[in-house]
Amino acid sequence: MYGGGYIFEEPNNKQLREEKVHDEPEKLAAFEERIARGEKIEPGDWMPTEYRRQLIRLIEQHAHSEIIGALPEGTWITRAPGFKRKLALIAKVQDEIGHGQLLYNAAETLGKTREEMINDLLSGKSKYSNVFNYPAKTWADVTVIGFLIDAAAIVNQVANSKGSYGPYCRALERICYEESFHLKQGHDAFIELATGTPAQKEMLQDALNRWWKPIMHFFGPPDKTSQHSEKLMEWKVKMASNDDMRNQFLDTYVPKIWELGLTLPDPALHKNEETGRWEYSDPDWDEFFRVINGGGPCNQERLQVRKWAEEHGRWVRKALMNPADKHALPVA
Amino acid sequence: MLNKALTDLLTKMADDELILGHRNSEWTGLGPVMEEDIAFSSMAQDKIGHAWALYNTLEEKQLITQSADMFAFCRPENEFKCSHLVELPNAGYDFSLMRHFLFDHAEAVRYESLQDSSFEPLRNLSKKVKGELKYHTLHANAWVLQLSKGGEESYDRMQTALNEIIGLAAGIFEPSKDYEDILIAEKVYPGEKALYTRWLESIYPVLVKASLNLPDVAALTPGYGGRQGKHTSYLAPLLKEMGEVFNLDVDASW
Repeated sequence: MYGGGYIFEEPNNKQLREEKVHDEPEKLAAFEERIARGEKIEPGDWMPTEYRRQLIRLIEQHAHSEIIGALPEGTWITRAPGFKRKLALIAKVQDEIGHGQLLYNAAETLGKTREEMINDLLSGKSKYSNVFNYPAKTWADVTVIGFLIDAAAIVNQVANSKGSYGPYCRALERICYEESFHLKQGHDAFIELATGTPAQKEMLQDALNRWWKPIMHFFGPPDKTSQHSEKLMEWKVKMASNDDMRNQFLDTYVPKIWELGLTLPDPALHKNEETGRWEYSDPDWDEFFRVINGGGPCNQERLQVRKWAEEHGRWVRKALMNPADKHALPVA
Repeated sequence: MLNKALTDLLTKMADDELILGHRNSEWTGLGPVMEEDIAFSSMAQDKIGHAWALYNTLEEKQLITQSADMFAFCRPENEFKCSHLVELPNAGYDFSLMRHFLFDHAEAVRYESLQDSSFEPLRNLSKKVKGELKYHTLHANAWVLQLSKGGEESYDRMQTALNEIIGLAAGIFEPSKDYEDILIAEKVYPGEKALYTRWLESIYPVLVKASLNLPDVAALTPGYGGRQGKHTSYLAPLLKEMGEVFNLDVDASW
Protein backbone atom coordinates (compact mmCIF):
# COMPACT_ATOMS: atom_id res chain seq x y z
CA MET A 1 0.00 0.00 0.00
CA TYR A 2 -0.87 2.71 0.52
CA GLY A 3 -0.58 5.61 -1.82
CA GLY A 4 -3.93 7.22 -2.04
CA GLY A 5 -4.89 7.75 -5.63
CA TYR A 6 -5.92 11.25 -4.79
CA ILE A 7 -3.65 14.20 -4.10
CA PHE A 8 -5.50 16.34 -1.63
CA GLU A 9 -5.58 20.06 -2.07
CA GLU A 10 -4.18 22.04 0.79
CA PRO A 11 -6.82 23.55 3.05
CA ASN A 12 -6.47 26.96 1.43
CA ASN A 13 -6.56 25.35 -1.99
CA LYS A 14 -3.89 27.04 -4.00
CA GLN A 15 -4.10 26.68 -7.73
CA LEU A 16 -1.00 26.29 -9.82
CA ARG A 17 0.64 29.64 -9.82
CA GLU A 18 1.29 30.35 -13.44
CA GLU A 19 3.38 33.43 -12.69
CA LYS A 20 5.90 31.21 -10.94
CA VAL A 21 5.85 28.81 -13.82
CA HIS A 22 6.90 31.57 -16.14
CA ASP A 23 9.56 32.94 -13.81
CA GLU A 24 12.40 31.69 -15.93
CA PRO A 25 10.96 30.84 -19.31
CA GLU A 26 14.15 29.45 -20.83
CA LYS A 27 14.88 27.12 -17.97
CA LEU A 28 11.27 26.11 -17.83
CA ALA A 29 11.23 25.26 -21.52
CA ALA A 30 14.37 23.14 -21.15
CA PHE A 31 12.85 21.44 -18.10
CA GLU A 32 9.64 20.63 -19.91
CA GLU A 33 11.55 19.31 -22.90
CA ARG A 34 13.47 16.95 -20.65
CA ILE A 35 10.25 15.61 -19.21
CA ALA A 36 8.70 15.26 -22.64
CA ARG A 37 11.75 13.22 -23.70
CA GLY A 38 11.09 10.91 -20.76
CA GLU A 39 14.13 12.00 -18.73
CA LYS A 40 14.02 11.85 -14.96
CA ILE A 41 14.48 14.99 -12.89
CA GLU A 42 17.04 14.58 -10.10
CA PRO A 43 17.34 16.50 -6.82
CA GLY A 44 20.15 18.83 -7.95
CA ASP A 45 18.45 19.74 -11.22
CA TRP A 46 16.66 23.02 -11.83
CA MET A 47 12.92 22.67 -11.38
CA PRO A 48 10.03 25.15 -11.21
CA THR A 49 9.02 26.10 -7.70
CA GLU A 50 5.55 24.83 -8.32
CA TYR A 51 6.82 21.44 -9.48
CA ARG A 52 8.81 21.13 -6.27
CA ARG A 53 5.86 22.21 -4.15
CA GLN A 54 3.42 19.82 -5.79
CA LEU A 55 5.85 16.92 -5.57
CA ILE A 56 6.53 17.50 -1.90
CA ARG A 57 2.80 17.52 -1.31
CA LEU A 58 2.27 14.33 -3.29
CA ILE A 59 5.15 12.35 -1.81
CA GLU A 60 4.51 13.58 1.70
CA GLN A 61 0.85 12.54 1.53
CA HIS A 62 1.93 9.20 0.20
CA ALA A 63 4.41 8.75 3.07
CA HIS A 64 1.80 9.74 5.66
CA SER A 65 -0.61 7.26 4.11
CA GLU A 66 1.93 4.51 4.67
CA ILE A 67 2.47 5.17 8.35
CA ILE A 68 -1.17 5.96 9.13
CA GLY A 69 -2.24 3.06 6.95
CA ALA A 70 -0.20 0.75 9.16
CA LEU A 71 -2.54 1.49 12.07
CA PRO A 72 -5.86 -0.17 11.13
CA GLU A 73 -4.09 -3.39 10.13
CA GLY A 74 -1.55 -3.05 12.90
CA THR A 75 -4.26 -3.43 15.52
CA TRP A 76 -4.87 -6.94 14.17
CA ILE A 77 -1.27 -8.16 14.41
CA THR A 78 -1.88 -9.27 17.99
CA ARG A 79 -5.08 -11.07 16.98
CA ALA A 80 -4.09 -12.66 13.68
CA PRO A 81 -5.28 -16.28 13.64
CA GLY A 82 -2.40 -18.72 13.55
CA PHE A 83 1.32 -18.46 12.93
CA LYS A 84 1.14 -18.11 9.18
CA ARG A 85 -1.21 -15.10 9.26
CA LYS A 86 0.49 -13.53 12.25
CA LEU A 87 3.92 -13.59 10.66
CA ALA A 88 2.63 -12.44 7.27
CA LEU A 89 0.75 -9.53 8.80
CA ILE A 90 3.67 -8.29 10.89
CA ALA A 91 5.93 -8.50 7.85
CA LYS A 92 3.41 -6.68 5.73
CA VAL A 93 2.78 -3.83 8.14
CA GLN A 94 6.52 -3.55 8.72
CA ASP A 95 6.96 -3.14 4.97
CA GLU A 96 4.45 -0.31 4.98
CA ILE A 97 6.41 1.57 7.63
CA GLY A 98 9.49 0.91 5.52
CA HIS A 99 7.70 2.44 2.55
CA GLY A 100 6.94 5.47 4.67
CA GLN A 101 10.62 5.76 5.44
CA LEU A 102 11.59 5.47 1.75
CA LEU A 103 9.04 8.08 0.78
CA TYR A 104 10.00 10.56 3.50
CA ASN A 105 13.56 10.18 2.26
CA ALA A 106 12.44 10.86 -1.30
CA ALA A 107 10.50 13.94 -0.20
CA GLU A 108 13.48 15.19 1.82
CA THR A 109 15.49 15.44 -1.39
CA LEU A 110 13.12 18.27 -2.30
CA GLY A 111 13.99 20.28 0.79
CA LYS A 112 11.41 19.44 3.46
CA THR A 113 12.62 17.48 6.48
CA ARG A 114 10.91 14.41 7.91
CA GLU A 115 10.23 16.32 11.12
CA GLU A 116 8.50 19.12 9.24
CA MET A 117 6.39 16.60 7.38
CA ILE A 118 5.42 14.72 10.55
CA ASN A 119 4.58 18.01 12.25
CA ASP A 120 2.31 18.94 9.37
CA LEU A 121 0.64 15.55 9.61
CA LEU A 122 -0.02 15.96 13.32
CA SER A 123 -1.29 19.51 12.97
CA GLY A 124 -3.72 18.39 10.27
CA LYS A 125 -2.11 20.59 7.62
CA SER A 126 -0.97 17.64 5.60
CA LYS A 127 -3.39 14.88 4.63
CA TYR A 128 -3.20 11.14 4.09
CA SER A 129 -5.33 8.67 2.21
CA ASN A 130 -8.93 9.00 3.29
CA VAL A 131 -9.48 5.28 3.34
CA PHE A 132 -7.57 4.96 6.63
CA ASN A 133 -10.12 7.04 8.46
CA TYR A 134 -12.36 3.99 8.53
CA PRO A 135 -12.13 1.28 11.19
CA ALA A 136 -10.96 -2.31 10.71
CA LYS A 137 -13.66 -4.00 12.76
CA THR A 138 -13.02 -7.69 12.16
CA TRP A 139 -10.35 -10.01 10.79
CA ALA A 140 -12.19 -9.95 7.48
CA ASP A 141 -11.49 -6.23 7.24
CA VAL A 142 -7.78 -7.03 7.30
CA THR A 143 -8.21 -9.32 4.33
CA VAL A 144 -10.25 -6.72 2.44
CA ILE A 145 -7.60 -4.09 3.10
CA GLY A 146 -4.78 -6.47 2.21
CA PHE A 147 -6.40 -7.52 -1.02
CA LEU A 148 -8.41 -4.59 -2.35
CA ILE A 149 -6.86 -1.47 -0.84
CA ASP A 150 -3.42 -2.77 -1.70
CA ALA A 151 -4.62 -3.59 -5.18
CA ALA A 152 -6.01 -0.09 -5.62
CA ALA A 153 -2.78 1.42 -4.33
CA ILE A 154 -0.77 -0.65 -6.77
CA VAL A 155 -2.80 0.75 -9.68
CA ASN A 156 -1.87 4.23 -8.51
CA GLN A 157 1.71 3.49 -7.61
CA VAL A 158 2.57 1.69 -10.82
CA ALA A 159 1.27 4.76 -12.68
CA ASN A 160 3.26 7.14 -10.48
CA SER A 161 6.44 5.08 -10.80
CA LYS A 162 6.57 6.22 -14.42
CA GLY A 163 6.52 9.86 -13.36
CA SER A 164 9.24 12.42 -13.83
CA TYR A 165 10.95 12.72 -10.44
CA GLY A 166 13.80 10.21 -10.14
CA PRO A 167 13.93 9.61 -6.37
CA TYR A 168 10.15 9.12 -6.14
CA CYS A 169 10.11 6.74 -9.10
CA ARG A 170 12.93 4.64 -7.67
CA ALA A 171 11.23 4.44 -4.28
CA LEU A 172 8.01 3.41 -5.99
CA GLU A 173 9.65 0.69 -8.02
CA ARG A 174 10.84 -0.97 -4.86
CA ILE A 175 7.52 -0.36 -3.15
CA CYS A 176 5.56 -1.91 -6.02
CA TYR A 177 7.78 -4.96 -5.90
CA GLU A 178 6.92 -5.49 -2.23
CA GLU A 179 3.30 -4.59 -2.76
CA SER A 180 2.87 -7.39 -5.22
CA PHE A 181 3.64 -9.80 -2.35
CA HIS A 182 1.19 -7.98 -0.10
CA LEU A 183 -1.48 -8.34 -2.70
CA LYS A 184 -0.81 -12.09 -2.86
CA GLN A 185 -1.05 -12.53 0.89
CA GLY A 186 -4.17 -10.32 1.03
CA HIS A 187 -5.77 -12.30 -1.78
CA ASP A 188 -4.87 -15.57 -0.11
CA ALA A 189 -6.40 -14.55 3.23
CA PHE A 190 -9.45 -13.14 1.41
CA ILE A 191 -10.02 -16.39 -0.51
CA GLU A 192 -9.57 -18.40 2.68
CA LEU A 193 -12.60 -16.62 4.17
CA ALA A 194 -14.58 -16.57 0.93
CA THR A 195 -14.28 -20.34 0.64
CA GLY A 196 -14.51 -21.01 4.37
CA THR A 197 -17.33 -21.68 6.80
CA PRO A 198 -20.68 -19.85 6.52
CA ALA A 199 -19.64 -17.61 9.42
CA GLN A 200 -16.35 -16.74 7.71
CA LYS A 201 -18.16 -15.91 4.46
CA GLU A 202 -20.63 -13.77 6.32
CA MET A 203 -17.83 -11.93 8.06
CA LEU A 204 -16.15 -11.26 4.74
CA GLN A 205 -19.33 -10.10 3.02
CA ASP A 206 -20.01 -7.71 5.87
CA ALA A 207 -16.49 -6.28 5.63
CA LEU A 208 -16.78 -5.92 1.87
CA ASN A 209 -20.09 -4.07 2.22
CA ARG A 210 -18.58 -1.62 4.69
CA TRP A 211 -15.38 -1.06 2.71
CA TRP A 212 -16.91 -0.65 -0.71
CA LYS A 213 -17.66 3.05 -0.36
CA PRO A 214 -14.17 3.98 0.88
CA ILE A 215 -12.72 1.85 -1.91
CA MET A 216 -14.77 3.73 -4.50
CA HIS A 217 -13.54 6.96 -2.94
CA PHE A 218 -9.93 5.82 -3.04
CA PHE A 219 -8.98 7.33 -6.38
CA GLY A 220 -10.66 10.65 -5.65
CA PRO A 221 -13.67 12.49 -7.07
CA PRO A 222 -14.81 12.05 -10.68
CA ASP A 223 -12.69 13.80 -13.30
CA LYS A 224 -15.57 16.06 -14.24
CA THR A 225 -15.65 17.58 -10.76
CA SER A 226 -12.06 17.41 -9.61
CA GLN A 227 -9.74 20.32 -10.20
CA HIS A 228 -7.84 18.69 -12.92
CA SER A 229 -4.43 20.06 -13.63
CA GLU A 230 -3.09 19.60 -17.09
CA LYS A 231 0.15 21.10 -15.94
CA LEU A 232 0.60 18.32 -13.37
CA MET A 233 -0.05 15.74 -16.07
CA GLU A 234 2.35 17.46 -18.46
CA TRP A 235 5.03 17.53 -15.77
CA LYS A 236 4.35 13.87 -15.07
CA VAL A 237 3.53 14.50 -11.44
CA LYS A 238 0.04 13.14 -11.86
CA MET A 239 0.15 10.18 -14.20
CA ALA A 240 -3.44 9.10 -14.67
CA SER A 241 -6.88 10.56 -14.08
CA ASN A 242 -8.97 9.51 -11.09
CA ASP A 243 -11.65 7.93 -13.25
CA ASP A 244 -9.16 6.04 -15.41
CA MET A 245 -7.46 4.53 -12.39
CA ARG A 246 -10.79 3.64 -10.78
CA ASN A 247 -11.93 2.03 -13.99
CA GLN A 248 -8.75 0.00 -14.26
CA PHE A 249 -9.19 -1.19 -10.69
CA LEU A 250 -12.84 -2.16 -11.17
CA ASP A 251 -12.04 -3.92 -14.40
CA THR A 252 -9.46 -6.16 -12.75
CA TYR A 253 -10.96 -6.79 -9.34
CA VAL A 254 -14.76 -6.72 -9.52
CA PRO A 255 -14.82 -9.96 -11.58
CA LYS A 256 -12.50 -11.59 -9.03
CA ILE A 257 -14.87 -10.63 -6.21
CA TRP A 258 -17.95 -11.84 -8.06
CA GLU A 259 -16.26 -15.10 -9.02
CA LEU A 260 -15.98 -15.94 -5.33
CA GLY A 261 -19.76 -15.66 -4.94
CA LEU A 262 -19.55 -12.38 -3.06
CA THR A 263 -21.70 -9.37 -3.80
CA LEU A 264 -20.97 -5.67 -3.88
CA PRO A 265 -23.39 -3.21 -2.31
CA ASP A 266 -24.15 -1.31 -5.51
CA PRO A 267 -26.87 -2.77 -7.72
CA ALA A 268 -25.95 -0.36 -10.50
CA LEU A 269 -22.36 -1.59 -10.73
CA HIS A 270 -21.74 -3.05 -14.17
CA LYS A 271 -19.44 -2.80 -17.12
CA ASN A 272 -20.77 -1.00 -20.15
CA GLU A 273 -19.48 -3.28 -22.86
CA GLU A 274 -19.84 -0.60 -25.53
CA THR A 275 -17.68 1.97 -23.82
CA GLY A 276 -15.56 -0.52 -21.87
CA ARG A 277 -16.13 1.64 -18.79
CA TRP A 278 -17.60 0.59 -15.48
CA GLU A 279 -20.72 2.37 -14.33
CA TYR A 280 -21.84 2.71 -10.75
CA SER A 281 -24.05 4.65 -8.37
CA ASP A 282 -22.83 7.86 -6.88
CA PRO A 283 -20.64 6.70 -3.97
CA ASP A 284 -21.61 9.68 -1.83
CA TRP A 285 -18.93 12.23 -2.55
CA ASP A 286 -20.32 14.44 0.22
CA GLU A 287 -19.16 11.84 2.68
CA PHE A 288 -15.76 11.77 1.02
CA PHE A 289 -15.30 15.50 1.59
CA ARG A 290 -16.72 15.26 5.10
CA VAL A 291 -14.16 12.60 6.00
CA ILE A 292 -11.28 14.57 4.43
CA ASN A 293 -12.22 17.47 6.61
CA GLY A 294 -11.96 15.47 9.79
CA GLY A 295 -15.47 14.03 9.98
CA GLY A 296 -14.62 10.38 9.42
CA PRO A 297 -15.08 7.67 12.03
CA CYS A 298 -11.36 7.38 12.85
CA ASN A 299 -9.70 10.70 11.95
CA GLN A 300 -9.20 11.69 15.56
CA GLU A 301 -8.07 8.27 16.68
CA ARG A 302 -5.46 7.92 13.92
CA LEU A 303 -3.84 11.24 14.70
CA GLN A 304 -3.99 10.61 18.42
CA VAL A 305 -2.06 7.37 18.00
CA ARG A 306 0.58 9.17 15.94
CA LYS A 307 0.74 11.91 18.55
CA TRP A 308 1.22 9.31 21.26
CA ALA A 309 4.12 7.83 19.30
CA GLU A 310 5.65 11.25 18.74
CA GLU A 311 5.32 12.33 22.36
CA HIS A 312 6.52 9.08 23.89
CA GLY A 313 9.44 8.86 21.49
CA ARG A 314 10.61 12.43 21.98
CA TRP A 315 13.20 11.61 24.63
CA VAL A 316 14.70 8.99 22.32
CA ARG A 317 15.03 11.40 19.42
CA LYS A 318 16.43 14.04 21.74
CA ALA A 319 19.04 11.58 22.99
CA LEU A 320 20.00 10.71 19.42
CA MET A 321 20.44 14.36 18.55
CA ASN A 322 22.85 14.95 21.44
CA PRO A 323 25.56 12.36 21.07
CA ALA A 324 28.13 14.79 22.49
CA ASP A 325 26.14 15.27 25.66
CA LYS A 326 27.74 12.34 27.42
CA HIS A 327 26.86 11.36 30.92
CA ALA A 328 29.72 11.46 33.38
CA LEU A 329 31.09 8.10 34.39
CA PRO A 330 29.41 6.85 37.54
CA VAL A 331 31.60 6.41 40.56
CA ALA A 332 30.83 2.77 41.18
CA MET B 1 11.18 -39.05 31.39
CA LEU B 2 13.54 -37.52 28.85
CA ASN B 3 10.60 -36.81 26.58
CA LYS B 4 8.83 -34.93 29.33
CA ALA B 5 11.97 -32.98 30.07
CA LEU B 6 12.42 -32.10 26.40
CA THR B 7 8.80 -31.01 26.15
CA ASP B 8 9.29 -28.79 29.17
CA LEU B 9 12.45 -27.21 27.77
CA LEU B 10 11.11 -26.61 24.27
CA THR B 11 7.80 -25.32 25.58
CA LYS B 12 9.32 -22.75 27.90
CA MET B 13 11.73 -21.56 25.21
CA ALA B 14 8.94 -21.31 22.63
CA ASP B 15 6.51 -19.62 25.00
CA ASP B 16 9.10 -16.98 25.89
CA GLU B 17 9.71 -16.26 22.24
CA LEU B 18 6.07 -16.22 21.25
CA ILE B 19 5.02 -13.87 24.04
CA LEU B 20 7.95 -11.50 23.65
CA GLY B 21 7.52 -11.59 19.87
CA HIS B 22 3.89 -10.66 20.44
CA ARG B 23 4.90 -7.78 22.69
CA ASN B 24 7.57 -6.57 20.27
CA SER B 25 5.08 -6.66 17.43
CA GLU B 26 2.96 -4.19 19.34
CA TRP B 27 5.57 -1.55 18.50
CA THR B 28 4.74 -1.77 14.80
CA GLY B 29 3.59 1.71 13.89
CA LEU B 30 4.36 3.26 17.27
CA GLY B 31 8.14 3.39 17.61
CA PRO B 32 10.05 6.51 18.67
CA VAL B 33 11.58 6.65 15.21
CA MET B 34 10.39 4.80 12.15
CA GLU B 35 13.59 2.80 11.99
CA GLU B 36 12.83 1.35 15.42
CA ASP B 37 9.30 0.39 14.42
CA ILE B 38 10.85 -1.58 11.65
CA ALA B 39 13.55 -3.10 13.85
CA PHE B 40 11.17 -4.23 16.58
CA SER B 41 8.73 -5.63 14.13
CA SER B 42 11.50 -7.47 12.32
CA MET B 43 12.77 -8.98 15.56
CA ALA B 44 9.19 -9.87 16.48
CA GLN B 45 8.97 -11.92 13.31
CA ASP B 46 12.19 -13.72 14.15
CA LYS B 47 11.02 -14.50 17.68
CA ILE B 48 7.62 -15.74 16.59
CA GLY B 49 9.37 -17.72 13.87
CA HIS B 50 11.62 -19.39 16.46
CA ALA B 51 8.58 -20.20 18.60
CA TRP B 52 6.83 -21.72 15.61
CA ALA B 53 9.88 -23.86 14.81
CA LEU B 54 10.02 -25.12 18.40
CA TYR B 55 6.29 -25.91 18.53
CA ASN B 56 6.62 -27.68 15.18
CA THR B 57 9.43 -29.76 16.63
CA LEU B 58 7.20 -30.71 19.54
CA GLU B 59 4.51 -31.70 17.08
CA GLU B 60 6.81 -33.62 14.72
CA LYS B 61 8.46 -35.52 17.55
CA GLN B 62 4.98 -36.30 18.92
CA LEU B 63 5.84 -34.66 22.21
CA ILE B 64 2.47 -32.88 22.02
CA THR B 65 -0.76 -34.13 20.52
CA GLN B 66 -2.07 -30.85 19.11
CA SER B 67 -0.94 -28.89 16.07
CA ALA B 68 1.51 -26.05 16.64
CA ASP B 69 -1.29 -23.51 16.06
CA MET B 70 -3.63 -25.18 18.53
CA PHE B 71 -0.87 -25.52 21.09
CA ALA B 72 0.05 -21.83 20.84
CA PHE B 73 -3.36 -20.23 20.35
CA CYS B 74 -5.66 -22.40 22.47
CA ARG B 75 -3.67 -23.55 25.50
CA PRO B 76 -4.94 -22.49 28.92
CA GLU B 77 -2.88 -19.88 30.73
CA ASN B 78 -1.60 -22.22 33.47
CA GLU B 79 -0.06 -24.49 30.85
CA PHE B 80 2.09 -21.68 29.49
CA LYS B 81 5.66 -21.75 30.74
CA CYS B 82 6.91 -18.31 29.74
CA SER B 83 8.85 -16.16 32.17
CA HIS B 84 7.28 -13.11 33.81
CA LEU B 85 9.70 -10.83 31.99
CA VAL B 86 8.07 -11.37 28.60
CA GLU B 87 4.52 -11.02 29.88
CA LEU B 88 4.73 -7.42 31.01
CA PRO B 89 3.21 -4.77 28.75
CA ASN B 90 5.61 -2.71 26.65
CA ALA B 91 5.31 0.39 28.81
CA GLY B 92 7.80 2.83 27.26
CA TYR B 93 10.59 2.34 24.79
CA ASP B 94 13.11 2.40 27.68
CA PHE B 95 11.47 -0.65 29.28
CA SER B 96 11.06 -2.43 25.95
CA LEU B 97 14.62 -1.77 24.87
CA MET B 98 16.12 -2.95 28.17
CA ARG B 99 13.95 -6.07 28.10
CA HIS B 100 15.07 -6.72 24.53
CA PHE B 101 18.72 -6.29 25.58
CA LEU B 102 18.48 -8.61 28.58
CA PHE B 103 16.32 -11.21 26.89
CA ASP B 104 18.26 -11.40 23.65
CA HIS B 105 21.55 -11.88 25.43
CA ALA B 106 19.89 -14.69 27.39
CA GLU B 107 18.60 -16.20 24.19
CA ALA B 108 21.97 -15.86 22.51
CA VAL B 109 23.83 -17.76 25.25
CA ARG B 110 21.09 -20.41 25.29
CA TYR B 111 21.24 -21.07 21.56
CA GLU B 112 25.01 -20.90 21.64
CA SER B 113 24.98 -23.74 24.16
CA LEU B 114 22.54 -25.71 22.01
CA GLN B 115 25.09 -25.96 19.22
CA ASP B 116 26.39 -28.96 21.15
CA SER B 117 23.02 -30.37 22.14
CA SER B 118 22.47 -34.11 21.96
CA PHE B 119 18.94 -33.37 20.71
CA GLU B 120 19.35 -32.97 16.99
CA PRO B 121 16.38 -30.67 16.23
CA LEU B 122 17.65 -28.14 18.79
CA ARG B 123 21.16 -28.41 17.43
CA ASN B 124 19.92 -27.72 13.91
CA LEU B 125 17.65 -24.86 14.96
CA SER B 126 20.42 -23.24 16.97
CA LYS B 127 22.58 -22.92 13.85
CA LYS B 128 19.90 -20.94 12.05
CA VAL B 129 18.86 -18.87 15.03
CA LYS B 130 22.41 -17.96 15.99
CA GLY B 131 22.83 -15.86 12.86
CA GLU B 132 19.64 -13.93 13.58
CA LEU B 133 20.44 -13.37 17.24
CA LYS B 134 23.76 -11.87 16.31
CA TYR B 135 21.83 -8.96 14.80
CA HIS B 136 19.39 -8.76 17.69
CA THR B 137 22.16 -8.38 20.25
CA LEU B 138 24.05 -5.97 17.98
CA HIS B 139 20.91 -3.88 17.78
CA ALA B 140 20.27 -4.02 21.51
CA ASN B 141 23.88 -3.18 22.40
CA ALA B 142 24.02 -0.26 19.99
CA TRP B 143 20.83 1.30 21.35
CA VAL B 144 21.64 0.73 25.01
CA LEU B 145 25.01 2.37 24.44
CA GLN B 146 23.62 5.24 22.41
CA LEU B 147 20.83 6.06 24.83
CA SER B 148 23.04 5.74 27.87
CA LYS B 149 25.29 8.36 26.36
CA GLY B 150 22.57 10.61 25.03
CA GLY B 151 22.10 12.96 27.96
CA GLU B 152 20.87 12.94 31.52
CA GLU B 153 17.23 12.00 30.96
CA SER B 154 18.05 9.20 28.60
CA TYR B 155 20.80 7.81 30.86
CA ASP B 156 18.47 7.88 33.87
CA ARG B 157 15.78 6.07 31.94
CA MET B 158 18.20 3.33 30.94
CA GLN B 159 19.49 2.87 34.49
CA THR B 160 15.97 2.89 35.95
CA ALA B 161 14.79 0.36 33.40
CA LEU B 162 17.76 -1.87 34.18
CA ASN B 163 17.09 -1.68 37.92
CA GLU B 164 13.43 -2.50 37.41
CA ILE B 165 13.89 -5.39 35.02
CA ILE B 166 17.05 -7.18 36.09
CA GLY B 167 15.25 -9.34 38.65
CA LEU B 168 12.58 -10.28 36.17
CA ALA B 169 15.25 -11.11 33.62
CA ALA B 170 16.97 -13.38 36.12
CA GLY B 171 13.65 -15.23 36.16
CA ILE B 172 14.40 -16.48 32.64
CA PHE B 173 16.82 -18.88 34.33
CA GLU B 174 14.33 -20.42 36.73
CA PRO B 175 15.47 -24.05 36.95
CA SER B 176 13.02 -26.84 36.23
CA LYS B 177 13.16 -28.89 39.42
CA ASP B 178 12.00 -32.12 37.86
CA TYR B 179 13.83 -32.03 34.55
CA GLU B 180 17.03 -30.08 34.95
CA ASP B 181 19.22 -33.01 35.99
CA ILE B 182 18.20 -35.35 33.21
CA LEU B 183 18.62 -32.66 30.53
CA ILE B 184 22.13 -31.94 31.77
CA ALA B 185 22.99 -35.62 32.14
CA GLU B 186 21.75 -36.35 28.62
CA LYS B 187 23.72 -33.38 27.32
CA VAL B 188 20.64 -31.67 25.89
CA TYR B 189 21.79 -28.36 27.35
CA PRO B 190 24.05 -27.21 30.19
CA GLY B 191 21.25 -26.22 32.59
CA GLU B 192 19.87 -22.88 33.76
CA LYS B 193 22.52 -22.15 36.36
CA ALA B 194 25.33 -22.37 33.82
CA LEU B 195 23.40 -20.25 31.34
CA TYR B 196 22.72 -17.63 34.01
CA THR B 197 26.47 -17.24 34.63
CA ARG B 198 27.19 -17.00 30.91
CA TRP B 199 24.44 -14.43 30.53
CA LEU B 200 25.92 -12.19 33.22
CA GLU B 201 29.28 -12.46 31.48
CA SER B 202 27.62 -11.48 28.23
CA ILE B 203 25.72 -8.39 29.44
CA TYR B 204 28.31 -7.06 31.85
CA PRO B 205 30.86 -5.63 29.35
CA VAL B 206 28.09 -3.80 27.46
CA LEU B 207 26.72 -2.29 30.66
CA VAL B 208 30.20 -1.16 31.67
CA LYS B 209 30.71 0.45 28.28
CA ALA B 210 27.36 2.19 28.67
CA SER B 211 28.33 3.36 32.18
CA LEU B 212 25.31 1.59 33.58
CA ASN B 213 25.48 0.02 37.03
CA LEU B 214 24.51 -3.60 37.27
CA PRO B 215 22.56 -3.96 40.53
CA ASP B 216 23.90 -6.46 43.04
CA VAL B 217 22.77 -9.72 41.48
CA ALA B 218 23.30 -11.67 44.70
CA ALA B 219 20.62 -9.55 46.34
CA LEU B 220 18.06 -9.91 43.54
CA THR B 221 14.73 -11.63 43.89
CA PRO B 222 14.42 -13.42 40.56
CA GLY B 223 11.00 -13.34 38.92
CA TYR B 224 10.31 -17.03 39.25
CA GLY B 225 7.00 -18.82 38.80
CA GLY B 226 6.40 -18.62 35.06
CA ARG B 227 8.06 -21.97 34.36
CA GLN B 228 5.61 -23.57 36.83
CA GLY B 229 2.59 -22.05 35.11
CA LYS B 230 2.15 -19.23 37.62
CA HIS B 231 1.90 -15.98 35.76
CA THR B 232 1.46 -12.24 36.14
CA SER B 233 -1.99 -10.77 35.59
CA TYR B 234 -0.84 -9.59 32.15
CA LEU B 235 -0.63 -12.99 30.49
CA ALA B 236 -4.32 -13.96 30.51
CA PRO B 237 -5.55 -10.88 28.59
CA LEU B 238 -2.67 -11.22 26.13
CA LEU B 239 -3.60 -14.84 25.41
CA LYS B 240 -7.25 -13.95 25.07
CA GLU B 241 -6.38 -11.30 22.52
CA MET B 242 -3.97 -13.55 20.66
CA GLY B 243 -6.55 -16.31 20.29
CA GLU B 244 -9.54 -14.03 19.69
CA VAL B 245 -9.98 -14.78 15.99
CA PHE B 246 -8.55 -18.29 15.97
CA ASN B 247 -10.94 -19.36 18.73
CA LEU B 248 -14.00 -18.17 16.83
CA ASP B 249 -13.73 -21.52 15.12
CA VAL B 250 -10.70 -23.66 15.88
CA ASP B 251 -11.65 -26.17 13.19
CA ALA B 252 -11.85 -23.56 10.45
CA SER B 253 -8.95 -22.71 8.23
CA TRP B 254 -7.89 -19.09 8.57
